[in-house]
Amino acid sequence: MSLDIAAPRRSASTGIFARTISTYGQEFIILAAIVALFVVVGLIAPRFVSQTNLTSIFSGNAYIAVAAIGMSMVIISGHIDVSVGSLIGVLATIAGTLAVNGYPIWFAWCAPIAVGMVITSLIGVLVAYVRIPSIVVTLGMLSILKGGLISVTGGAWITNLPPDFLIAQFRLFGVPSPVWFMLGLTLVAAIFMRYTAFGRSIYAIGGNAEAARVAGIRVERQTVAIFAIHGFFAGIAAILFATQLQVIQSTVPAGLELTVITASVVGGVSILGGTGTVVGSTLAAILFAAIGSSLIFLNVSAYWLRSVQGLLILATVLADMARRRGVK
Amino acid sequence: MTLRSFLRHEAVLGLMLVIVLFLLAQQSDKFFTTANILNQGRLMTEVGLIALPMTFVIITGGIDLSVGSILGLCAILLGVFWHNLGLPLPVAMVLAIVVGGIAGLVNGLIITRFKVPPLIATLATLALYRGLAEGISQARSVRGYPDWFFVLGQGEVLGVPTQLWILVIFAIIAAAILGLTTFGRATYAVGANETAARFSGINVDRTKLLIYTGAGLISGLAAVIFVSRVSTTRSDMGTGVELDVITAVVLGGTSIFGGRGTIIGTAVGLILVQALKNGLALSGVKGDGTIVVIGLVLILAILATNLFSRNGDG
Repeated sequence: MSLDIAAPRRSASTGIFARTISTYGQEFIILAAIVALFVVVGLIAPRFVSQTNLTSIFSGNAYIAVAAIGMSMVIISGHIDVSVGSLIGVLATIAGTLAVNGYPIWFAWCAPIAVGMVITSLIGVLVAYVRIPSIVVTLGMLSILKGGLISVTGGAWITNLPPDFLIAQFRLFGVPSPVWFMLGLTLVAAIFMRYTAFGRSIYAIGGNAEAARVAGIRVERQTVAIFAIHGFFAGIAAILFATQLQVIQSTVPAGLELTVITASVVGGVSILGGTGTVVGSTLAAILFAAIGSSLIFLNVSAYWLRSVQGLLILATVLADMARRRGVK
Repeated sequence: MTLRSFLRHEAVLGLMLVIVLFLLAQQSDKFFTTANILNQGRLMTEVGLIALPMTFVIITGGIDLSVGSILGLCAILLGVFWHNLGLPLPVAMVLAIVVGGIAGLVNGLIITRFKVPPLIATLATLALYRGLAEGISQARSVRGYPDWFFVLGQGEVLGVPTQLWILVIFAIIAAAILGLTTFGRATYAVGANETAARFSGINVDRTKLLIYTGAGLISGLAAVIFVSRVSTTRSDMGTGVELDVITAVVLGGTSIFGGRGTIIGTAVGLILVQALKNGLALSGVKGDGTIVVIGLVLILAILATNLFSRNGDG
């Protein structure tokens, strides 16, 4: 079972087009859904596809896609991190605090990423070497980070951020920097996952950790490294999140971990481990952001957004399960 | 082997409880007063009630992250049934609990019929049920319940908070089911080795369905008690309750891998968590600081058990 899901599925058909569709089925479905959503909602409410709204959809949610890249790697390797929302909240606060206290801007950008990697590496060590299930470690970490953040800051707002610090508001060729980060990091991660030995080992560990071990992969060390990379992406996500407004509210964004996990799972990352791509998770993050935005334009109360999120996860997971049974 | 490692965990936990109680008693002389202890019993009832079926869930090797959202959904529906639809309050209470049962049944069906891992199935329904609660309530709260309703969450019977009686009765029932009935044995069997359980004639799917439905029903009951205790309904009720519940259960020695655990262990875990919360609050730590300690205790307790059992069982 591990072998047939470790490699992208191939259909019997020889046509390149058919093969591509079957290999990247989930990605195509999501892409089609995004296009359909933009066309339909755009026809009903033309302002939905205005440049302002498109910018806010893509730029405002890029950090979720970036965090979902690391989360996808964690889930593909057969683990999970439910503390990522709290982590992003903590790292964003660290970045803002450093920036307003006169530290060099580059330091305020890099230090939180380093801290993020240290924290997730610690999670990785507890998961890989001490063998505590990742759900337990990260549930504990969630309350440590969340409680720690609020008791240290009291939920105060960080204001007077230096303009140079606000990297998410920079533009390159007229496109906001978060979009560049999202595209660039997705591309790099996708290549890394597909063509490097390390990238392949993530699939191998998630497909069957024992088999991976026998095949000579140092599973424990790789697992810690995967969590460290996840921390790196969470750090970048935190910087993008921290710098998109003029202020940082030093609390944990509610339900963020769920949104990130949704993006990964809906993007085709199998929760059983072993399959999935980061292209899919980025597309899913965009789809979800577009759905959230379209609710407003369709005059549906935003309070329904969370149910849509839940239904989306359920639908994709059920479809994944049905397809898997069909393959067998 | 299982008995020995189980005793070892109980010993670690018991030791921790004694140390914690001792340290906390040093910090504040209010800690060991009857009034305080009874009040803590009142506060821990919702978590305690849900921890009972959660023990069953985790023993089968599953998990239910949606219990907090079910609590929120049932609380909102209690208000809607009574206030908006004009049903008599007792009927609304029963209906709210039934909805909880249906929510749990849906979890169970997704997990057993479609073979979706419980973690992801209930993560999805966590979002779904909370979303329904938010969508239905549109952030409006319901207040103004009649006085008799508050007996459940604010009243006393024989000098002890009403809901503490409910918790104790349910805990005894749960312990009896888990320890003395074939259903209890089936629960352990499913968690220890599902395939083996299936081959020995246990209806695995039915066992799981009943357990997840039970978790939903009890979450609904907890919702009713919660509403009665705080006199209002809001859609964010019970957010994060799953964390407290799972912490108590796992602290109590129930293995997250399934096959092992007891209601008594869960009770001790629950008391430890509540004592920590209360004691820290009395010694001046703010509410959010206590979350940190609970997270730490959760990780450390599993860490300690893992290290001990590895030394012992080789």
